[in-house]
Amino acid sequence: MLGTGGGGDVRTGALAAKRAIQAYGEVPLVALAELPDDALVVPLSGIGAPTVSQEMIHGEDEPRRIAEEVERIFGRPPSAVMSSEIGGSNGVAPVAWAAQLGLPLLDADGMGRAFPEVQMVSMYVAGLPADLVIMSDIVGNVVTIRPIDGLWSERLARAVCVAAGSHALMADYVLTAAGARGAVIEGTVSRAIAIGRSTERTAEPLRALRAELGAVRLITGKLTDVERRTAGGFVRGTATIDGTGDDRDRVLTLELQNENLVALEDGQVKAMVPDLITVVDTETAAAVPTEGLRYGQRVTVLAWPCDPLWRTPKGLDTAGPRAFGYDLDYVPIEELAKEESGG
Amino acid sequence: MAEGALRIGIDVGGTNTDAVILDAADRVVAKAKRPTTPDVTEGLRAALDAVLAELPGRAASDPLVSGRAALDPLGSGQGASDPRGSWGRVSRVMLGTTHATNAILERRNLGRVAVLRLGAPATTAVPPLCDWPADLRAAVSAGEAIVPGGHYVDGREIGPLDLGAIRRFLDGLEADAVAVTGVFSPASAEHERAVEELVRREYGLPVSVSHEIGSLGLLERENATVLNAALYGVAAHVTEALVTALAERGLAARPYLAQNDGTLMTVEHAARLPVSTIGSGPANSLRGAAFLSGVGDAIVADVGGTSTDLGVLVGGFPRESAAAVEIGGVLTNFRMPDILAIALGGGTVVRPEGVGPDSVGYRIAEEALVFGGTTITMTDVAVAAGRTPPGTSGWRERLRVAARAATGGAPTGQISDMSEIFRDTVERAIAIADGMVGDAVDRMALRRADRPLVAVGGGAFLLPAELPGASRVVRPEHAEVANAVGAAIALASGRIDTILPAGESRSKAIERVKEEAAARAVAAGADPGQVEIVDLLEVPLSYLSEPAVRVHVKAAGPLAR
Repeated sequence: MLGTGGGGDVRTGALAAKRAIQAYGEVPLVALAELPDDALVVPLSGIGAPTVSQEMIHGEDEPRRIAEEVERIFGRPPSAVMSSEIGGSNGVAPVAWAAQLGLPLLDADGMGRAFPEVQMVSMYVAGLPADLVIMSDIVGNVVTIRPIDGLWSERLARAVCVAAGSHALMADYVLTAAGARGAVIEGTVSRAIAIGRSTERTAEPLRALRAELGAVRLITGKLTDVERRTAGGFVRGTATIDGTGDDRDRVLTLELQNENLVALEDGQVKAMVPDLITVVDTETAAAVPTEGLRYGQRVTVLAWPCDPLWRTPKGLDTAGPRAFGYDLDYVPIEELAKEESGG
Repeated sequence: MAEGALRIGIDVGGTNTDAVILDAADRVVAKAKRPTTPDVTEGLRAALDAVLAELPGRAASDPLVSGRAALDPLGSGQGASDPRGSWGRVSRVMLGTTHATNAILERRNLGRVAVLRLGAPATTAVPPLCDWPADLRAAVSAGEAIVPGGHYVDGREIGPLDLGAIRRFLDGLEADAVAVTGVFSPASAEHERAVEELVRREYGLPVSVSHEIGSLGLLERENATVLNAALYGVAAHVTEALVTALAERGLAARPYLAQNDGTLMTVEHAARLPVSTIGSGPANSLRGAAFLSGVGDAIVADVGGTSTDLGVLVGGFPRESAAAVEIGGVLTNFRMPDILAIALGGGTVVRPEGVGPDSVGYRIAEEALVFGGTTITMTDVAVAAGRTPPGTSGWRERLRVAARAATGGAPTGQISDMSEIFRDTVERAIAIADGMVGDAVDRMALRRADRPLVAVGGGAFLLPAELPGASRVVRPEHAEVANAVGAAIALASGRIDTILPAGESRSKAIERVKEEAAARAVAAGADPGQVEIVDLLEVPLSYLSEPAVRVHVKAAGPLAR
């Protein structure tokens, strides 16, 4: 749901999490406020090609090597693992990594959703320096990068990843709890759990989900067209939803780039990035990823507010509509929805 | 094929086992339906006997069973003799069966498998079989190990293959077969081949190697490979049952088994790849519908006793599902027909407040009003609405009698000779059922194309003459045995899914893969002179050291003489 159409497949990560909990015990969830200022938090993510990650699955030793390197550099072991990106595969897999390390998982992440590019994280928006990246690969190589800025961080990490077989585990922005305050998006793991629970054991999963998310319903209808093209390593495309029932005679189009980014109706923007836009199955309320969109599906499009951090000037520079090539001034979903009901 | 040669297609379904005989010109000359038995084999033999008994020259003017017999699971044809000597003309028997599916669902007759993965230290975060249902894992696994070996996406070794570790693992186990899955083996198979050779030579055990079974996606391919290894005994049993049944009847026909993509393989090939026989039913039904209707691009609705399966034909072949396929609680990456099943069939129970989802199933011959029972089923509703199977002119009268009895004689306010309540129920049920089918057709259509709907299966008469979303409704002759026809007309095929460099060497590499796919089709039984590439799909991959494409190739051709 928080992947907003992207973020990657969660199944392998979920299996790894289940297995690690069985083998190493349950993972406590800690709030940032519970950690002392000097506690080290390691944000972890898997990077590489999705096709590779479904074939050359992570080993169990990769998180340990990163933790050892963190301890060598900082002189003390990490206190918690954090998800860099709560939406999609990197939202679930950190449970496995935390279990393997015997560490708690911080109830926070770097996005509150999914984004396609490395610099689109809260730590960057908060101005933390991107001066340390630690990577470990499947055979035991550990690479520590001291880049001069975010651009080099991305460039060098990408090169290491390719050499390692297009699949690696990465820690960037190793944080102290003090540094993390205000620089991470808190409460997102417990939020993800609550979202998942909301649609269980209810006769009206969509209603329950909307209530949990505080989401605006943009349209309920049928998917009548999906157009995709691959460009620059990303899947771009447009999906068209024709309204049904109360929404008859309305047509919503969604602009996609891995994630759902902009929703339009009659040339008017109804929701836009960095607010979250997710397509769900109208009956089951299950999220439909962009690659799973197909003609004829009965879907509802939901939109809800992003974390306030993304609405700051630097947040919008980093992940606002213009960062994705849309010449739009950002208007929060709450205001767009208000215009709707007012007009 | 010899002049005048006949072939028999048999399809084992959940409710019925259907059989047809096709002549050399692909005409249906005999057909039969028998109930599927719990052991599968008895129903198979009964259907075989029944269809042989229907061979022309023996029956009266029309060798084809009536609509009543087509729905009647008890039937009447019996006999295992060959009065006209026509059985000797049967040259081939094609069987689509549920033996393997049942073995997995019931955890019966499964072999013990040593599960070997080549890839350590990679992949250890998700060990083999960790998502299997516990009872199936207990029934199948003789032990699991992840040993050094396997390849990177670009063809480099992750590490050298550790044959010593493999010997140590196998020495401590009692297994009936070994399943070997190497990381990126669909692109680099040499480690799997080396292990196969070692196990054959030193342990004398049959081996399933994953690159012959599935495509990229380690866990799903591994699951399919382990299931395959567990099914060697079941495959031998099916082959023996079929060969024995043919021998008992003096049939010198060559046997083939249907697989999940709607193509055939020899029994020798099936002995190596028994897991491919799972899910052949929907593919057979779609191929049979294409053949009988002569329509290559259509939506097919196969209406059975408890459900209607909708699929899509593209160029005469089933459109394949993009989603992973679950077998007995285990996720695999087989390419299966994209099927949408809805709870609507001839035995679906109709109540004043709605339709189904429950069905009287095989008890329809006792419980439906038209058969003298007391339950209103979709069959009764269809007949009341004037939708009757061919050759069932008596059904409407039988229904009138039954409806009168069910509503307690002739109540006042009765319109015509059916009670008002019954008429309301019929009208509402027809509207609901047509709405369900229309909605499902729309979901399967993929785009706003105006394709015909081909209606097949024993309950095809339930469908209306027109449906929104379909250009027309086609009802081919012999539609009630389309699945068995699909088995009888199927081609043999081979397929490959791998990763190739996208640079200059690409076209040469693709030619090589095409040849390999054609060779696999020939190994499955196709005529080497007539094999064609029927499917070629290239998908560019991102974030790799060198540009690469994922290539899927399928070759198919008619069976060799």
